[in-house]
Amino acid sequence: MSWINEKGPLRDVVISSRIRLARNLANYPFPPVMKPQHAAEIAENIRNSVIGRRSSQGLSFMFIRDVPIVERQILVEKHLASQDLMQNYEVSALIMDKDEKITIMINEEDHIRMQCILPGFQLNQSWDILNSVDDMLESQVEYAFHDELGYLTSCPTNVGTGMRSSVMMHLPALTLNQQMNAILQTISKIGLTARGIYGEGSEALGSIYQISNQITLGLSEEEIINNLTIACRQIIDKERMARKALWDANGIQFEDALWRAYGILLNARVLELKEFMALLSQVRLGVSLGLIPKLTLEDMDYLMTIGQPGGVTRKAGRMIDGNEIDIARANVIREVMEGILKTKDIS
Amino acid sequence: MLCQECKQKPATVHMTKIINNHKTELHLCEDCARQRESFINIPTFSVNDLIASFMDMGQAKPAFEKLSPSKCAVCGMDFNQFKNIGRLGCQECYKYFGDELGPILRKIQGSTQHTGKVPKRSGSALLTKKQIQKLKAELKKAVEIEAYEKAAELRDKIRELEQSQGYSGREQQ
Repeated sequence: MSWINEKGPLRDVVISSRIRLARNLANYPFPPVMKPQHAAEIAENIRNSVIGRRSSQGLSFMFIRDVPIVERQILVEKHLASQDLMQNYEVSALIMDKDEKITIMINEEDHIRMQCILPGFQLNQSWDILNSVDDMLESQVEYAFHDELGYLTSCPTNVGTGMRSSVMMHLPALTLNQQMNAILQTISKIGLTARGIYGEGSEALGSIYQISNQITLGLSEEEIINNLTIACRQIIDKERMARKALWDANGIQFEDALWRAYGILLNARVLELKEFMALLSQVRLGVSLGLIPKLTLEDMDYLMTIGQPGGVTRKAGRMIDGNEIDIARANVIREVMEGILKTKDIS
Repeated sequence: MLCQECKQKPATVHMTKIINNHKTELHLCEDCARQRESFINIPTFSVNDLIASFMDMGQAKPAFEKLSPSKCAVCGMDFNQFKNIGRLGCQECYKYFGDELGPILRKIQGSTQHTGKVPKRSGSALLTKKQIQKLKAELKKAVEIEAYEKAAELRDKIRELEQSQGYSGREQQ
């Protein structure tokens, strides 16, 4: 059962909170130059350090080369692993827990990239969990650590804490009011950055943004989380006010627009990804305001993951592309939505 | 100067093109410049490029004038390679490229001093080591100013720390 279906604080605006730590083992070359035998040793070493311990029940280990291509894509779509990990598939591996909250990527850009992802706004909780995973690993292996520079990483943009903390936010009202540029400029001044839903360079599909820290050296982990928390709280408040203002100013027209999006999502026969994300964003806005009571925020975020290309392909059961994917997406979304509505009618 | 094309926004992109000794100058705002992709090619932006250009800025002379680039004796990566891929080869690269990396870290991170988590394994030893270094510096000063009572106190503290480190080191094994 994925964390997606769990409730989380401030979920109306915050989809998930994620902390990632980059670590490398001492005395091995970093992944960009290491030899395949190094990679194999490292994967084995980390596997033995994590799996089979009493505290690590529910964790499973997999080599990426053994994971079917569609499943690899789904892991990326669910933010459980990165595209870089998949590109290194010959040597890379992944450890994951059954709730999909904790993942440890092995032989990505660094030997170890561990992350904890939780629903809603839970940066501190996410850090507590990940910190203990880090302590557990550290008691088993020796990290590359420098007295002054901290944890050493293959890219100097991650050195120090090796920490990237990020909050995935749904900001439809601020986007509609064209306030996002001003917000993004402001947060960049305090060492934060924003990207679209699928990382660097990706556009903000469905008005979803990932806000994260840029600086990893010279601040403690708590300071990094604190800065991000303060900025996000402001953005959450602004988004909530903007939602309410939009509704107040446009009344029935606003409600009509959101219900129409709901109608299309539930009845479309062809759904292109960009349109799907735009409709989903509108319906999610309606759900967050209690306007569309038949669905929950958790339902919406679940629909988002299964509507991505990998999710749709898995459901179709064979490799499909282009127009076929758009038809399959419409079918999957319709089917799942109808299923959700049915269980609610019964209860 | 205003943009030659829209005549509204300030010109921030200045271009000179010479074809058959015929010189054309253009002064455009960024929006108009973007629309003239045949004339210019605004390149995409990447972390690697950014790191590479920071490196050149950090040097008194441009990096390519250096006779032989710094090379990591452990993994064999040389500094030009690092410039190209933007990734270091191993932990020792931080030592061998230290002179060049310092200014880069100050630019991209704003700091060169880690203040966050320290691994417990090497960490408690590291913290003690740092404390001993500090006490030794104080001891030296105390001896210089002939404050022998204070010096004896410091010497005992240092001894105590050095011993505790030895013990805790064995306990962790």
